[in-house]
Amino acid sequence: MLELRHVSKTFHPGTVNAKTALHDLSLTLNDGDFVTVIGGNGAGKSTMLNAIAGTFPIDTGAILIDGKNITGLPEHKRASFIGRVFQDPMVGTAGSMGIEENLALAARRGKHRGLRWGISKIEREDYRALLASLGLGLENRLSTRAGLLSGGQRQALTLLMAALVQPKLLLLDEHTAALDPKTAEKVLELSDSIVSENHLTTLMVTHNMRDAIAHGNRLIMMSEGEIVLDISGEEKKRLTVEDLLERFSAAAGTELSNDRILLGA
Amino acid sequence: MEFLQSLLNALPGAVGQGLIWGIMAIGVYITYRVLDVADLTVDGSLATGGATCVLLTLGGMNVYLAMLCAVLAGMLAGLVTGLFHTRCGIPAILAGILTQLALYSINLRIMGWGTSAGTQATLAIRVDNFDLAVSSRYIRELSLNNPIPLLLLAIALLIGLLYWFFGTEIGCAIRATGANRNMARAQGINTGRNTVLGLMISNGLVALSGALLAQYQGSSTIDMGRGAIVIGLAAVIIGEVIFSKLFRNFALKLLACVIGSIIYYVVIQIVLRLGLDTNDLKLFTALIVAIFLAIPYWKGQLSVRSKSRVNQAKEEKNNA
Repeated sequence: MLELRHVSKTFHPGTVNAKTALHDLSLTLNDGDFVTVIGGNGAGKSTMLNAIAGTFPIDTGAILIDGKNITGLPEHKRASFIGRVFQDPMVGTAGSMGIEENLALAARRGKHRGLRWGISKIEREDYRALLASLGLGLENRLSTRAGLLSGGQRQALTLLMAALVQPKLLLLDEHTAALDPKTAEKVLELSDSIVSENHLTTLMVTHNMRDAIAHGNRLIMMSEGEIVLDISGEEKKRLTVEDLLERFSAAAGTELSNDRILLGA
Repeated sequence: MEFLQSLLNALPGAVGQGLIWGIMAIGVYITYRVLDVADLTVDGSLATGGATCVLLTLGGMNVYLAMLCAVLAGMLAGLVTGLFHTRCGIPAILAGILTQLALYSINLRIMGWGTSAGTQATLAIRVDNFDLAVSSRYIRELSLNNPIPLLLLAIALLIGLLYWFFGTEIGCAIRATGANRNMARAQGINTGRNTVLGLMISNGLVALSGALLAQYQGSSTIDMGRGAIVIGLAAVIIGEVIFSKLFRNFALKLLACVIGSIIYYVVIQIVLRLGLDTNDLKLFTALIVAIFLAIPYWKGQLSVRSKSRVNQAKEEKNNA
């Protein structure tokens, strides 16, 4: 489904700030895989997601989705088959536009935008029902500006938007990192249900080891722009935080010491 | 009494100018507020609109058709700025300045079209010889020639048209581009193309305003757009300060720009009558706009400070 072939990316090449963010990275995702990604600061997790989404061009290698090479496709064109939720709740929605307007924008992802009215009456009723399923009371605030919502509400809305037009691939980039633990848990639950209802192939970056273990069917760990661990199936189900730490130091040759990685609450 | 009398006499003129510049202010609103781009092209495209309209009308074209051509010329200027910005990676402000500078030469050429010198800094057009849409000559007359009813009608039509357009799928995409470019791209919106489109619409409106202004004052001049961006911003900001609580709807926000523009010109008439030298007008305008732009920033600073003071007081209480 998704295939990364020997992808490399260096930021600020040829300067003292040169930083190799992705180093000859190869990864293949199968249809319906829900892969959690974990790793220290600067391991290349977000860079990998952004490379797939097309935020910047990669230096070498190729990215394929369903066998189609998308390496040269601009970000807005890739959006027709990639749904995304970002770490910063502000990034995923247009704060000055209404909840329903945000949803209507997402509903037209990958479609031609013409001179028809930007949101139809039928759509509005659909959105009301969809928002009611969140249980956050947003169904009665359709025209409320997204900027007035809490971080958790905005992430929930962004999740709905990401799945509104069924994507081939869902990219979740530490989308609960900016939320308080309780809200984070709710948003994770919602992510799980959206992924399973729509059978979405998903890459979820997290800095919480317990979350990485509890969610998805496959776990990869990154270090210095490479994948150092790839665990799936029965093995992943039995995984504990202690195992993970041990296997990381064995694979990467260093202790996993990082104040941002949470070993689990 | 004499002061009031002369002010009353000047009022129709101020309203007429305010309405014409109100169209320009709507153009500025579209870039500055909707698209979140400060576009300085307008100083040039205003004069381009005036020059194009006057040249074509003098050449025998119907004045409304000439105004349409002026709009197209303005859109072309917006296209150039847009391509400088999105295709050449030039920051928006600089892209606008480049186009504005280039337009100075182009505007001289437009007005000098067909003359032996090839360039010309003013191009006069007399309402006696041509059937112009608006003219300041009739501004105090109670007749069909009075430009105010026509301008009101034109603005109502424009606001209606823009309200419809920014509610369509394309219009929503432009608004999303201005609101959050990352989000827009993630939702499959070509932010570069939409930025260009917004700049074209804005400069088309500005050129229309220039075409009307040239007819109104009876000539197109090379410096008629000097400082236009500041006047446009003044109108937008005055409109927002007064009506932001009242006007939530997009069409009303556009209307607020026009009212802001009228208020601006009435205030100008007042200060001129209070003894301000015409030559100091631009200084006055720049200072007013600077103050109004600074107020929200100062307010933010104040609330940060008072909050930290409250927190400090709480801490001291807890420590005690």
